[in-house]
Amino acid sequence: MSFEKRTCEISGLEIEKNSESMIKLNMATAIIFFAIGGAAGLLVLLTRWPAIHLLPVEWYYRWLTAHGLLALLVWIIFFEVALVHFGSVTLLKSRLAVPILSKITYGLMLGGTLLVVVMVLGGQADVLFTSYVPLQAHPLYYLGIILFAVGSLIAFIHFFINAVVAKKEGEYKRTLPMVSFGIMAASIIGIMSIAHGAAIYIPTFLWSLGIIETIDPSAYRLVWWGLGHTSQQINVCMMVACWYGIAAFLFKAKPASEKLCRSAFVLYILFINVASEHHLLVDPVFSTWHKIVNTSYVMHLAVLASMIHAFAVPASIEMGLRKQGYNNGLFEWLKKAPWGNPAFSATFISIVLFGFLGGTTGVIFGTEQFSIIRHNTWAITGHFHGTVVAGTTIAFMGMAYFLIPVFFKRDLIMPGVAKLQPFVYGTGITILSITMMAAGTFGVPRRHWDYNFSDAPFGYQFDSTVDIFMGLVGIGGLIAVVGGAMFVFVTLGSIFKGNKRA
Amino acid sequence: MSEGSEEYSAVQKFYDNIWLLLGIGIVLPTVLFTVWGLYEVYTLPYLPIVK
Amino acid sequence: MAIHEPQGNWWQPLSKDEKIWFILALVWMLVSFLYMPIQHFIGVQNPPSESYRVSAEDFEALIEAQEEKYTVGEENGFPVVRPNPDEPVYLKASMWEWTPVLELEKDKTYKIHLSSVDLVHGFSIQPINLNLMVIPGIDYVVNLKPTSSGDFRILCNEFCGLGHHTMVGKINVI
Repeated sequence: MSFEKRTCEISGLEIEKNSESMIKLNMATAIIFFAIGGAAGLLVLLTRWPAIHLLPVEWYYRWLTAHGLLALLVWIIFFEVALVHFGSVTLLKSRLAVPILSKITYGLMLGGTLLVVVMVLGGQADVLFTSYVPLQAHPLYYLGIILFAVGSLIAFIHFFINAVVAKKEGEYKRTLPMVSFGIMAASIIGIMSIAHGAAIYIPTFLWSLGIIETIDPSAYRLVWWGLGHTSQQINVCMMVACWYGIAAFLFKAKPASEKLCRSAFVLYILFINVASEHHLLVDPVFSTWHKIVNTSYVMHLAVLASMIHAFAVPASIEMGLRKQGYNNGLFEWLKKAPWGNPAFSATFISIVLFGFLGGTTGVIFGTEQFSIIRHNTWAITGHFHGTVVAGTTIAFMGMAYFLIPVFFKRDLIMPGVAKLQPFVYGTGITILSITMMAAGTFGVPRRHWDYNFSDAPFGYQFDSTVDIFMGLVGIGGLIAVVGGAMFVFVTLGSIFKGNKRA
Repeated sequence: MSEGSEEYSAVQKFYDNIWLLLGIGIVLPTVLFTVWGLYEVYTLPYLPIVK
Repeated sequence: MAIHEPQGNWWQPLSKDEKIWFILALVWMLVSFLYMPIQHFIGVQNPPSESYRVSAEDFEALIEAQEEKYTVGEENGFPVVRPNPDEPVYLKASMWEWTPVLELEKDKTYKIHLSSVDLVHGFSIQPINLNLMVIPGIDYVVNLKPTSSGDFRILCNEFCGLGHHTMVGKINVI
């Protein structure tokens, strides 16, 4: 089958024209929303920092909602749509099966995002990210979310269409390459997640229009978390696929064992989604057995999958570097690894921080007894900044450093800044995440404007240690904002002003 | 998947069948988490009130 | 490479390192899983699992009846209720109050019924940091045995509108 494509001189990848423009568009859009989401995060941070307490109460909650939506959903899913195209077209040396679908995806996601942001900042949706009923927002807010979700659903389904076409046209015989397999697993999780989104947001939209009378608050929480938590599992799976991808591109690394690594992805597909239960552990209604079976990701088998990846990815990097001759002693390969290449350092930081900061705390807080002493405290916020920021976002940053020269045919600008960026950002997020967890241990609630409770009928003062942690969260957050800004300048600068390659 | 040759194990064929993975990946968590959970929501008894 | 299709039969035996890691990780996971139900039976602080549906009207009536019977004083405009440990105790969440102020006796076990009459709220006792969800239309039955005396606060830790940060209640343990 012949179609318009070029061969990339950096990666040796064959890049087809239709998918190339969609990957570029989605990646650039993702980074722009990362910048806005990060700025929203700064406003939230400066409000929770007791020494500054910047925003008035209603604006705190609005910018908090915007930060959650843009940084957690919009930046990440636009980038994932780029990865879906990369995994199902570029890596399969194939073509975009239905180019119009990609355009519809982009239009729906962008339109939905703008609608949601306008409603939130216009004060028409003071319901926070989770919009637990019976809190009610303007119908257009729910419609915006639905548009965004339908757009991303089409993208995840597009993966399967592309894969079928590639196979039919003989671009691959039986087995997807490992990275594509990981992105395929993420797409399954994505479809599952967004099916739950439709099941909950469409009735809620109708309820906000007055067509449906009530929505059961417990049923809402159950199904909403089938969307909310599962969408974070898309991120975990995409992140791991990026780890394998960067290891392969930089070190020609082979997965240690196809059998073991693929089994780990299959365990994700089967079992990781039930962990939505983590949010319902201290809810009424659900039985102890529903809680134990689901919260354990089915006997911790999905955690076993993460343990396998945590072994296999560093092992493949080690084997690749040893093949390059760094064979002395136990750790020469690690010392001589390309720490100056931000694609590598970001990937490595992501692996370490996700493993030790985000993943472990997730498994710990996801038990009944820990949930009762941590639920809805700032410790949970600390945990997911360890997964979705220190893990997924940093992995995507590494992928962006790799993909921008490949797809935009431009060199990275400010290489010195790029070199430092993953370390600055990683340090900031680590401080932020750990100190948030520390403050949460003392009971500081998440999503809360005033932890001094000055207008409350009964005053309450936390242990004075908490003040130190609140300040440290502020400092860690500022470092992260600097690191995030460095990323935005380097990537957007390279996209628009980088030296053109032939 | 239509190869049917002996040299590939059943598990390898299963892992290569993306449609089967998609089906199981949706049905299994939906039954275990969502359907079971909704069953518990809608069968919850009313508080017995002692007057 | 992870970016190319693996050729032929890749369902091959694991290497020694992989086998060791896999078995260690599997055992670790099974132990940590099994400990969850075990802790549920041997532990002393588990999330309660008894709950019922209840309408806001019925729950308000129960709160009023309790106030009529057991009010012993008033604090900052809230009735202070000293319930009988042998009877169910009711605690209501609403925007943005916890009603009433409860006066409990140390080392007595109370059956506390938690419910909300409007939005979803978060029940968070400080400084011991014990957290439960309060859902409108649902009665959550919590067996609570105070083991130390003093003043405790109930914060709301689920967003419930712009007055969320002022929603603080009180429990006195005597």
